[in-house]
Amino acid sequence: MTGEHFVVPPHWEWYILLYFFLAGISGGAFVIGTMLRLWGGPADAAASRLAFIVSFPLLLLCPILLTIDLGQPSRFWHMLVDVGSGTPVFKAYSPMSLGVWGLTLFGLFSFVMFLAAVGEGGYLRWRVLAGAGRLLGSALGKVFMVIGAIFGFFVAAYTGVLLAVSNQPVWSDTWTLGGLFLASGLSGAVATILLFSRGRRDAVVSDGKLMEADRYFIILELVLIALFLITLGGVVSKVLGGGWIILWLVVLIGTLVPLIAEWRPTMRRQVPPVVVPVLVLVGVLALRAVIIFSAQA
Amino acid sequence: MATQPVGFFTDTTLCIGCKACEVACKEWNGLPNNPLEFRGSYDNTGQLDHANWRHVRFVEQAGTSQDKPIAWSMMSDVCKHCANASCLEVCPTDAIVRTEFDTVFIQQDVCNGCRDCISACPYGVIGFNSNTGTAQKCTFCYDRLQNHLKPACATACPTQSIKFGPLDEMRQTAAARLDTLHQQGVSQARIYGDKEYGGLHALFLLTDKPEAYKLPSTESAVLPSRNNIPGYLTATVTAVVAAVAGLIAFRRRGEAQP
Repeated sequence: MTGEHFVVPPHWEWYILLYFFLAGISGGAFVIGTMLRLWGGPADAAASRLAFIVSFPLLLLCPILLTIDLGQPSRFWHMLVDVGSGTPVFKAYSPMSLGVWGLTLFGLFSFVMFLAAVGEGGYLRWRVLAGAGRLLGSALGKVFMVIGAIFGFFVAAYTGVLLAVSNQPVWSDTWTLGGLFLASGLSGAVATILLFSRGRRDAVVSDGKLMEADRYFIILELVLIALFLITLGGVVSKVLGGGWIILWLVVLIGTLVPLIAEWRPTMRRQVPPVVVPVLVLVGVLALRAVIIFSAQA
Repeated sequence: MATQPVGFFTDTTLCIGCKACEVACKEWNGLPNNPLEFRGSYDNTGQLDHANWRHVRFVEQAGTSQDKPIAWSMMSDVCKHCANASCLEVCPTDAIVRTEFDTVFIQQDVCNGCRDCISACPYGVIGFNSNTGTAQKCTFCYDRLQNHLKPACATACPTQSIKFGPLDEMRQTAAARLDTLHQQGVSQARIYGDKEYGGLHALFLLTDKPEAYKLPSTESAVLPSRNNIPGYLTATVTAVVAAVAGLIAFRRRGEAQP
């Protein structure tokens, strides 16, 4: 429901923007790694490993950014433990509370799959890693990665719900943000994997499949952007007005150009291979920036 | 005073804009002075925030005649201590609690400054104090209530515009005053706060629609949690569609089993 707002902004700015960006890519990369492992062929194992290896380091930056953004960083643990009783604090209807727990649990899955991917790839020849590497191919490993992928979906999406569960203009006037951030996070994750697969012969064989997936994710993202703008009703001028249109142009370039380039091999061959993934990532960042900053302006 | 739900009743028809409530609040709670600046209005406080827990809002409207080009309505604004409080709902640390007086209180030693409450408050009441790194707002003079004293603002108000007492009593006082005004022909008078957010602990008698005082209308007074289910539902549908897209894109095409 769109209505009048008499609120003050929370001043969530650069650290939160970067967190939303990295959470989307980290969660998305885990999901893609899982899908490649479950549905892909043997040749996709390397790209799947790469996805898991990318996911965890990006996730590690997330709590750092969130903690720095707090007014009292040394009290970050108050999100997890009730100061008075020492019991866990968990509020299912508070996306921030749910998100902290989701991030923590996803961290566990991401860490284990990171070790497993490093072990399977033989990047570090430690016995414990070799054991972890065998997890990837096992039935137990598949169950583990599916559960982790559910958390990955959550981490990539909940940031949008977090914004919506407020009384701020734009954010609280639409129900699309969770889905939109997820679709864009998945697209950003594919772009990141494509960037890291450059020069890696074992992983680059999956590029075609990744680009096909990215096309679907971008289409999904464009549909959700349209729904986002439609659902804003009269508030839409707040996100489209003024200088924000420039960021929307960046979003459009970051979606339409990769969409066309990934669809048409002739065009793809005409641009350097890093250009398309970089455009996607800049678009993913711009989308979050315009939504975060325009609502608080 | 027994620990029963308490409330304010602010009668804007009695407010003369003297700001005694603001001064008393700042003095009792040790809040810093506002920087001196000209805002183009007698309303030089501007808004409620971490350093202003009472704000006498000067609502300037076009007057009724050339002799009276401007008509002022004044309202001493404050945290509404909502029965269904948006800030309390979203607070991830449980720093925001409901007291034995049924008021809403931010525990300064628990708050970690995430500012989720600021994004949730529909009245723009809560401010972030960069010195303490915490969110702050009106405490309803919790320390005074514990010592059987009226809040500083209600004590200082020279016109009885701000009344304080048990919430039920405040509701009755507000209803009686409304009847009186209606009998006097002030048909536009209305009570704000008896329906919004499950009932506010700060009731207001207004002589215009709530939006004129920068208060959301009853229809717009909605909780942040209303967006939980639609938000997660959209994300779930997106996840399912993305998984199908992944299945189509990543499926084996004549490749051998791993």
